[in-house]
Amino acid sequence: SCPYSCYCLHEAAKYEKKVMVLDFVTPTPLGNSWGLGGTCVNVGCIPKKLMHQAALLGQALEDSRKFGWQFTEEVKHNWMTMTESVQNYIGSLNWGYRVALREKKVTYENAYGEFVGPHTVKATNKRGVEKLYTAERFLIATGERPRYLGIPGDKEYCISSDDLFSLPYCPGKTLVVGASYVALECAGFLAGLGLDVTVMVRSILLRGFDQDIANKIGEYMEGHGINFIREFVPIKVEQIEEGTPGRLKVIAKSTKGNQIIEGEYNTVLLAIGRDSCTRKIGLDKVGVQINEKTGKIPVNDEEQTNVPYIYAVGDILQDKLELTPVAIQAGRLLVQRLYAGATSKCDYVNVPTTVFTPLEYGACGYSEETAVEKFGEENIEVYHSHFWPLEWTVPSRDNNKCYAKIICNIQDNERVIGFHVLGPNAGEVTQGFAAAIKCGMTKEQLDSTIGIHPVCAEVCV
Amino acid sequence: TCEQAEANEYDLLVIGGGSGGLACAKEAAQFGRKVAVLDYVEPSPQGTKWGLGGTCVNVGCIPKKLMHQAALLGSALKDAQHYGWNIAQPVHHTWSLMAQAVQNYVKSLNWGHRVQLQDKKVKYFNMKGSFSDPYTIRGLTKAGKETVVTAENIVIATGGRPKYPTHIAGALEYGITSDDLFWLKKSPGKTLVVGASYVSLECAGFLTGIGLDTTVMMRSIPLRGFDQQMASLVTEHMESYGTKFLKRCFPTKVEKLESNRLQVTWKNTDLGTEETDSFDTVMWAVGRAPDTEALNLEAVGVKTNSETGKIVVDASEATSVPHIYAIGDITEGRPELTPTAIAAGKLLAQRLFGQSSELMDYDNVPTTVFTPLEYGCVGLSEEMADLGALQFHLIQLHALSLNVLRKDLYVMYCFQVVCLREREQRILGLHFIGPNAGEVIQGFALGIKCGATYPQLMKTIGIHPTCAEEITKLHITKRSGLDATVTGC
Repeated sequence: SCPYSCYCLHEAAKYEKKVMVLDFVTPTPLGNSWGLGGTCVNVGCIPKKLMHQAALLGQALEDSRKFGWQFTEEVKHNWMTMTESVQNYIGSLNWGYRVALREKKVTYENAYGEFVGPHTVKATNKRGVEKLYTAERFLIATGERPRYLGIPGDKEYCISSDDLFSLPYCPGKTLVVGASYVALECAGFLAGLGLDVTVMVRSILLRGFDQDIANKIGEYMEGHGINFIREFVPIKVEQIEEGTPGRLKVIAKSTKGNQIIEGEYNTVLLAIGRDSCTRKIGLDKVGVQINEKTGKIPVNDEEQTNVPYIYAVGDILQDKLELTPVAIQAGRLLVQRLYAGATSKCDYVNVPTTVFTPLEYGACGYSEETAVEKFGEENIEVYHSHFWPLEWTVPSRDNNKCYAKIICNIQDNERVIGFHVLGPNAGEVTQGFAAAIKCGMTKEQLDSTIGIHPVCAEVCV
Repeated sequence: TCEQAEANEYDLLVIGGGSGGLACAKEAAQFGRKVAVLDYVEPSPQGTKWGLGGTCVNVGCIPKKLMHQAALLGSALKDAQHYGWNIAQPVHHTWSLMAQAVQNYVKSLNWGHRVQLQDKKVKYFNMKGSFSDPYTIRGLTKAGKETVVTAENIVIATGGRPKYPTHIAGALEYGITSDDLFWLKKSPGKTLVVGASYVSLECAGFLTGIGLDTTVMMRSIPLRGFDQQMASLVTEHMESYGTKFLKRCFPTKVEKLESNRLQVTWKNTDLGTEETDSFDTVMWAVGRAPDTEALNLEAVGVKTNSETGKIVVDASEATSVPHIYAIGDITEGRPELTPTAIAAGKLLAQRLFGQSSELMDYDNVPTTVFTPLEYGCVGLSEEMADLGALQFHLIQLHALSLNVLRKDLYVMYCFQVVCLREREQRILGLHFIGPNAGEVIQGFALGIKCGATYPQLMKTIGIHPTCAEEITKLHITKRSGLDATVTGC
């Protein structure tokens, strides 16, 4: 799991181009920062999956008793032990990237880059020392950072995912604000570690994802002890008591009327969205157009901005997916086109993804709603099934919660246009189906494929 | 209750209530046909028997996967401490708790199958069947009561049973097989598993995982028929996991000691020496034999393969006798897998009663070996591609980065793709060693059915972070000689 920039740079350096990378992390409002590697490695996919795994292991502990394992009744989780382990691993990745860049003779500067004129950037390091660099071509891959609410107390007292994974104390009773996958994944693992968790949702869960599945995910989380406060938004956060963690008072207003509620929490985690880091890097100085409203950069299908020698990849792209593997693929292919005479473009269609909520969700292709919208309800066929993983039978838990759904286009030979699975190891299950969708699989081919027994994935064939 | 000995006319009679038999019977009943199933379990030499459902449900896939899960949970307990869970030592495993839970679940499945047959109006006879003539079966209950049943079509789906190496003194009296292992009430203790099949390795794997002193004795290569490079990765991992291996050894006798332990004597073919050791349990996993003895096939002329004893069938599952068919483990040249038996059974019923002409496709059937480090595969192995004289690429990735928070554990996983060299580069085989191998391989099996090519695979974006996504990073061919090891990113 190398960051996309790494891949790009390895590729470019392979073709003996002189390459430099500028990486800089502006500290969070609470002063948090991290090393080379970007969001995925430091404050995204990697620590998220490891903490999700910690929560899954908590469940495994309980299951194991039913499978004959015996140990003390009381098992507690130690946040510091986990966080230290996770941070050590991330540190080793940061180090690994620095070594890799060195080996590939890519110049690395830990400095904040911004355009100051055509073909010229100014790099400012954390001590304020400025240097100017020129290049034939530029690649912008600055990604995003969590958004704040813009209410009193948000930056002073709330944390974001940028702070959570290195928090030097257990967050305690936590309010997660938001309904994104970031919000639900974090709420999910915090609860799995034994914490009292509440999620405050303005409207719907997992906007943009299949809503039928999103609701099942929410139901599962509620069934497992996570509180949901629906249709409210925080309007003020106050500190009752300082501490690690302290005590905070959150005042929230209903989106449907004038009702005001109050709640007390140790930690408030904001997960309401992310903003592109494109507003303060001097794009106006070189004429790169951005979407003024969203801050995202529109590019053509070769990742080129409106300025021919400036390219962009990753989370900052307009109308593209905010995913590590997409960024990696786009970056790698871009460099191959620029320096190796290749012509392949990044295929942004049917990109699979997985939400690592307590009940995992893997998806590829259309959601049911978007399929209905695009093709018409009468032209699609939805095949679905609940299932009970064999491993959950002995501990007698969560019967009929797992679910798989396939959406087919009747007018195109019942081609599979949407794949959805809700269950354990959803990512592992979905990957192969994504490859099959890329090959244009039809329902008939799905039916004629033999299942592997006994695994969850066989329910899909 | 006593059943009236009456001759019934059925459209379909299925002998054997296992994966294939039940699927065929239930499918036929959907077409409104009169269907009956005969199921009977001859007790094992140790006296073990079980209910309706066949090998998979009672002494195969289901209890195997559950006990494998118990072992994996043992590993999870060790992992958990690195993820911050404080578990006071010692942690230990109690066989009887696990066995009872597994056995109870299996019994619920037996019950579920009986209810299903009833719901679908399929008549169930708990009787051992044998042929009197091509349309007549003589059924015998445990008590010796006889019932004669006649049917227009008969499907033989009696499966197989573990072989005993009866030429070894003491093998039959003192050894157990997989038929007994899952029903043991008490822990098997220090166990010797003889064999190199997936049955042997899977059982040895979970026995090790739950903390038992386990040894595997193999005469020659592990997992014959599977990709040998993958097979050795599987056994290497088992060794590092704690399973002992006696390689290139074969047992010569088994004796009972005064302590009730078993003394096994074996020949070490490498050193030319004879060695002994004592064990609480000796389990034979040296292959399975088709269960045809009691059927009286000679009376109707159903042809079997002279070497294997399995029933010879054509592409439509027909035997040498009209109106008599066979499916599942009992058939020659077919994979011994539950899902293929089920699919074959359903398709057969559809052809017999549903105006379908679709034949079973036995190509590219995916499978998974549930050893401690799981191995899933679909399509050709390196050896099979070689035999086919195909010009192929073998592309591999070994990643050492599995359990990143545990420095004491050196677990690797591996992806291997075999694809044609010519322009299109169609994928011939896919192999994965790692956790959740079955979950990983299933979707790719579908891709292969769609004629997936290597370029299509490379165009697929990975899901991050998973093990399966590593397949999108497969670039190094074996032909290139480059090191395919990735030291984890």
